[in-house]
Amino acid sequence: MPHIALLEGLPGIRGALAFRPETAKPLNELVEVLMRGPHTLSPGERELIATYVSALNECYYCQTIHGAIAAAHLNGDEDLVKRVKADFQQADISGKLKALLVIAAKVQKGGKNVTGEDISHARSKGATDLEIHDTVLIAAAFCMFNRYVDGLGTTQPRDEALYRERGKQVAREGYIAVSKTYMPAKAAAR
Amino acid sequence: MAHIALPEGNPGISGGFAFRPETATPMRELADILLYQPGSLSPGERELIATYVSSQNDCYFCQTSHGAAAAAYLGGDAVVKQVKADFQTASVTPKLKALLTIAGKVQRGGKNVTGEDVAHARNLGATDVEIHDTVLIAAAFCMYNRYVDGLGTWQPHDQTMYAEMGKHLVEHGYLRPSR
Repeated sequence: MPHIALLEGLPGIRGALAFRPETAKPLNELVEVLMRGPHTLSPGERELIATYVSALNECYYCQTIHGAIAAAHLNGDEDLVKRVKADFQQADISGKLKALLVIAAKVQKGGKNVTGEDISHARSKGATDLEIHDTVLIAAAFCMFNRYVDGLGTTQPRDEALYRERGKQVAREGYIAVSKTYMPAKAAAR
Repeated sequence: MAHIALPEGNPGISGGFAFRPETATPMRELADILLYQPGSLSPGERELIATYVSSQNDCYFCQTSHGAAAAAYLGGDAVVKQVKADFQTASVTPKLKALLTIAGKVQRGGKNVTGEDVAHARNLGATDVEIHDTVLIAAAFCMYNRYVDGLGTWQPHDQTMYAEMGKHLVEHGYLRPSR
């Protein structure tokens, strides 16, 4: 049971977002621009970074839904998502994305862990400043989202089919559009 | 030197914000709602939570700028120093101590928050919105702190600059840059 009175039937972050629409707005806008805005990293690559960081933070809901969104962007390749989570150095992804995942993992442990060598290595594989910036911010943002979801004790059903379907929907329609299907029309009186 | 080519002369998070205005807008709005807009926890109390979490994450820029904002709200930095050193003996309400306990758990990882932590905060008068916002402030500063340190931003050790930033935050909130 969640630590506070979240709406029933809305698992994971959805219950938290619906509880407080005021903070839901910038949270949805941030994830929309980071994960789906025009970019040289594909949405699938960015979702892999989010999934990997959420796995390091052991957030079941986030790693499962973002893993499903990543797979939906990557032609349904759920095996690739699993390989990135297990050992991304052995996964069939670009050398550049591997270098960015190294940076993301450092940020997950704490921002000061990122070294000049990590950055030079990513640059030598073709990463731009914008790609490095967004990798740092995606990793940092998921250290927020994961803590938000677990810190409120949200419900996190163990039902992979549910995440797979919702992952396809978010990949197709986006975070802001999907949030409109479950957000209350206005904040509850309190 | 920062890890990427951030616009010069922008300390801490303002370097990241100037580099990428598209992500700065929602990040500023989130901070404004959580820390500045009216709520049942005073802005000073909420800045203390942000300062404490930033201090636990060892982010110099964030703990100093938010500490300055808290000090500006609370009429001095004595309580700020106490909260950072040992909030259980600080001159703050028992409710805020209970919320700081929750914030400290979230900083280490969301699963650390227990039903007992939440029940204790409720016994001392905390509402569900206050508990929600405490969890989200702590989580959000785990983002802001990593963003500021992960980009290797410029973090000058200039107390006058932080005092001015604190004053700007108290007077104008988070939507507009202070410089």
